[in-house]
Amino acid sequence: MLLGTPFHPRTAALCGSRRWRNWSGYAAALSYEPGHEYEYYAVRSGAALFDISPLRKYEVTGPDAAALVDRVVTRSTLDCPVGRVLYTPWCDEAGKLIDDGTVQRLSPDTFRITAADPCLRWFQDCALGMDATVRDISLDLAALALQGPTSRDILARLVTGADIAELPYFALTECHIGAAPVTITRTGYTGDLGYEIWLAPEHALAAWDALIETGRGYGIAPTGLDALDVARIEAGLLLKEVDYVSSWTALIESRKSSPYEAGLGWTVQPRPSRDFVGQRALKREAANPSQWALAGVEADWPGIEKRFAAVGLPPLVAGRASRDAVPIYAGAARKGGRAVRQIGYITSATFSPILKKYIALATIRRDFAEPGSPIEVELTVEFVRHRVPARVVPTPFFDPARKRG
Amino acid sequence: MTRKYDVIVIGGGHNGLVHAAYLARAGLDVCVLEQRPLVGGATVTEEIFPGFRYSVFSYVVSLMRPDIIRELDLPRHGLAILPLESTLTPLPDGDRLYRDADHHRTWREIARFSIRDAEAYNEYGRSLFYMARAVKHLLGIAPPDPARLGPRDIRGLLGLARHFLDLEPDQLHMLVKLMTMSAADFVDEWFETDVLKATLSASGIIGTFLGPRSPGTAYVLLHHYMGEIDGHFRAWGFAKGGTGAVANAIASAAREAGAEIRTDAPVARALVKNGRVNGVALANGDELHASVVSSSLDPHRTFLDLVDEDALPDDLLSAVRAYRFRGSSGKVNLALDAAPDFTCMPGHGPHLRGAVSISPSIDYLERAYDDARYGDFSREPYIDIVIPSAIDPAMAPPGKHVMSCFVQYAPYELREGTWDEKREAFGDTVVDTLARYIPNIRDIILHRQVVTPLDIERTTGLTQGNIFQGELTPSQLFFLRPAAGYAGYRTPVRGYYQCGSGTHPGGGIMGAPGKLAAGRVLADLQRGLGRRRGRISTSGPGRRGR
Ligand SMILES: Cc1cc2nc3c(=O)[nH]c(=O)nc-3n(C[C@H](O)[C@H](O)[C@H](O)COP(=O)(O)OP(=O)(O)OC[C@H]3O[C@@H](n4cnc5c(N)ncnc54)[C@H](O)[C@@H]3O)c2cc1C
Repeated sequence: MLLGTPFHPRTAALCGSRRWRNWSGYAAALSYEPGHEYEYYAVRSGAALFDISPLRKYEVTGPDAAALVDRVVTRSTLDCPVGRVLYTPWCDEAGKLIDDGTVQRLSPDTFRITAADPCLRWFQDCALGMDATVRDISLDLAALALQGPTSRDILARLVTGADIAELPYFALTECHIGAAPVTITRTGYTGDLGYEIWLAPEHALAAWDALIETGRGYGIAPTGLDALDVARIEAGLLLKEVDYVSSWTALIESRKSSPYEAGLGWTVQPRPSRDFVGQRALKREAANPSQWALAGVEADWPGIEKRFAAVGLPPLVAGRASRDAVPIYAGAARKGGRAVRQIGYITSATFSPILKKYIALATIRRDFAEPGSPIEVELTVEFVRHRVPARVVPTPFFDPARKRG
Repeated sequence: MTRKYDVIVIGGGHNGLVHAAYLARAGLDVCVLEQRPLVGGATVTEEIFPGFRYSVFSYVVSLMRPDIIRELDLPRHGLAILPLESTLTPLPDGDRLYRDADHHRTWREIARFSIRDAEAYNEYGRSLFYMARAVKHLLGIAPPDPARLGPRDIRGLLGLARHFLDLEPDQLHMLVKLMTMSAADFVDEWFETDVLKATLSASGIIGTFLGPRSPGTAYVLLHHYMGEIDGHFRAWGFAKGGTGAVANAIASAAREAGAEIRTDAPVARALVKNGRVNGVALANGDELHASVVSSSLDPHRTFLDLVDEDALPDDLLSAVRAYRFRGSSGKVNLALDAAPDFTCMPGHGPHLRGAVSISPSIDYLERAYDDARYGDFSREPYIDIVIPSAIDPAMAPPGKHVMSCFVQYAPYELREGTWDEKREAFGDTVVDTLARYIPNIRDIILHRQVVTPLDIERTTGLTQGNIFQGELTPSQLFFLRPAAGYAGYRTPVRGYYQCGSGTHPGGGIMGAPGKLAAGRVLADLQRGLGRRRGRISTSGPGRRGR
């Protein structure tokens, strides 16, 4: 039986589609309405309200809290100011990705870390010999994400004790929604203007009701994971076990990825005078790059249209985000003679309603990963496989100024 | 000082802008001249009442060509099309017909009236899909001229024949019906539920001075359906920011490609010398020169107002004089203090994000037409409503709304009095009609903008206020638009082209006339001046392109 989050009484009543996904043992709405289109546009045009309570949450406290977090994650956090949030992955000793999430610094010796999957034992083991305590606070914190262009206006009307309009990108503040004390971080998984709200479960329903009520004039919509999946691909954000496989779940070595291979090289911040888990391995990899890289891919729409038109169909590609791996081949310009060479695979793909483009995140051979590289992607139309032209493009695919502004 | 351009485009409606964007991308020096302070023509968003943004004229995007959206990269220039997924038809007795993207709910809803209709509904949609797919091909090609039969025309006609012969015999049969029947008769073959038939056939009367039982209206119904078959590309819905956002995105793409867009620049006439155009004279007397001038105005303005009659052959002049405008629609835009509360679906709900159609029965529509036939506006009009602020919160202050009411019939020629005298009475009639279904409407109106056909004509230049630059009936379509022998975007004046909705494939926010006409201009230039200058590319990113 799937569990309900602290918001379940509300989300269950609203989820007319009765479409749920198992998210870490909790029922998470895929879409509230039969289709996710309206909810998707709430992310890009109004405000989408997501229940993200099933995320794992950890609290790190003690005099060595900063040193511990700095030892665990690839980004340097020792000098992270109080009130800042960092997105970062963490790796095993071999420099292979375990998980990724955000690190919030609430005070000089208090951090919160979010993770997709349980990590308590790992964090505690890494704390060996340090004066720091790690607690699993997953059940102590309910969480909502409010994402979209009007999210700031909604919170500005609701929040007391902080000036939300002034909260910078990747910053946090402690404040109130009604009587509920909340932490608000300017973070999210949509690549849009947005916030995440962290609060005690007993305040969950009151906060939900206040957001929905105030949000009505601002186009708020309870939004499910289907819409989120489209938005996060547009934002070029990775999904664990889809765009990379955790070194804890990979059964074979070749399925593991380093941050460099997953497009997260920018999060690897070498610390000359101290160590973090995986640092040595990553240093070796930096000197001798892997042949794999992450790339954004944009398929040629006329090419897709033509394949569908040939069988008399309108282009019906992925009405929802797809998580099926799809082969990528060297493009016509790179093809020597007739041999067709597979050079990678798409891990997530979607038609982007806002960009009107078919986009994908892919793992691809490094020598093809430069933007502009001509490639071909497999497309199945009426049970027949074809290859259509595509090219490598930079991510994020969609990056509105309001995200940071 | 006179400035010389390669191309001057008269009119900055969306077609003039599309036309300019394609020509500028090909490397030409293009200038768009728009009479109003803002671009868009019938496709504008204006803040008539502070804080409330009206899509003053056109209100939904249904036919905008996916290839244009893609080639001009309009999403990057700010175009976002939000879904508009339901249609509510309220009934006078408090009942309703509500259809939305939830297939099964729609089935149940229709089944309340007739299970047979609920079952026919899917098949009806599928059949229209086949029809639209066959006809949609026409939206992307310049019409061949069967009267001329040059090699290009013959190739075009053969292509068409092949396209239609791919249809199954019964589909071909249905297509012929669509081209000739009335909307009411057409839907009558499928359904027995009056309210369903009325609402479906209502899209057959939009922009025409015809009733649902008038032959030829079935095609208009199909014309409106065509936008819905682009698969996941989906260019159908509500433009974020109102329809003006479509024009603004196209203008931005045109400017990026190097086009100059001048507003407050009404053109008085095209300058013609020895059968050749060489520029335009503005209303203020300034002259601008160019060897190509494209008019995006309707055929009446393009041929009768902007050039001297002696520059044009008689057959064209008489065809343009006979071309039917017969404006028949008006609009009422409302600023509301709260959400409208429908008797048939009280409170807030997804129905507010969809279309609402005041079309309870075929007789209702036909009676509305009867009034107009004798020169009155309908006492109980057909109204097509959208509430943009329920779809895009940026259209009105939080908790408040804008409501767009497209109204038919409002005949341009009134039997008695003038539209300036009758404007508010017309507005009252619309509000009275709304009040029958939305009891709180009178209490929540903060501001009302009544747009009569005369206002449409005065503001946008659309002759007689015809929303499509001429009716979309079969006698004015394809190689007959605007006139037999003059449908290929050229005119008898050398260098003078037509690129507005008055040419194939016609009206609606579609962009196709502007693009197809640009193809004509570029092909002609490549043959003549292009070779001399050698700097015209048909697909390049433009002079200042990325
Ligand atoms: C009330 C109304 C509702 C409609 N609803 C819809 C709808 O919901 N969906 C849809 O798809 N279509 C709708 N339409 C139709 C659609 O808006 C038009 O077919 C389309 O916008 C026409 O575009 P255009 O560029 O061809 O011409 P126009 O938009 O008419 O552009 C012509 C331009 O030329 C300018 N101009 C005129 N004279 C001069 C001059 N002498 N000098 C310089 N500039 C001049 C005008 O100001 C205007 O900007 C509607 C139209 C109206 C009027």
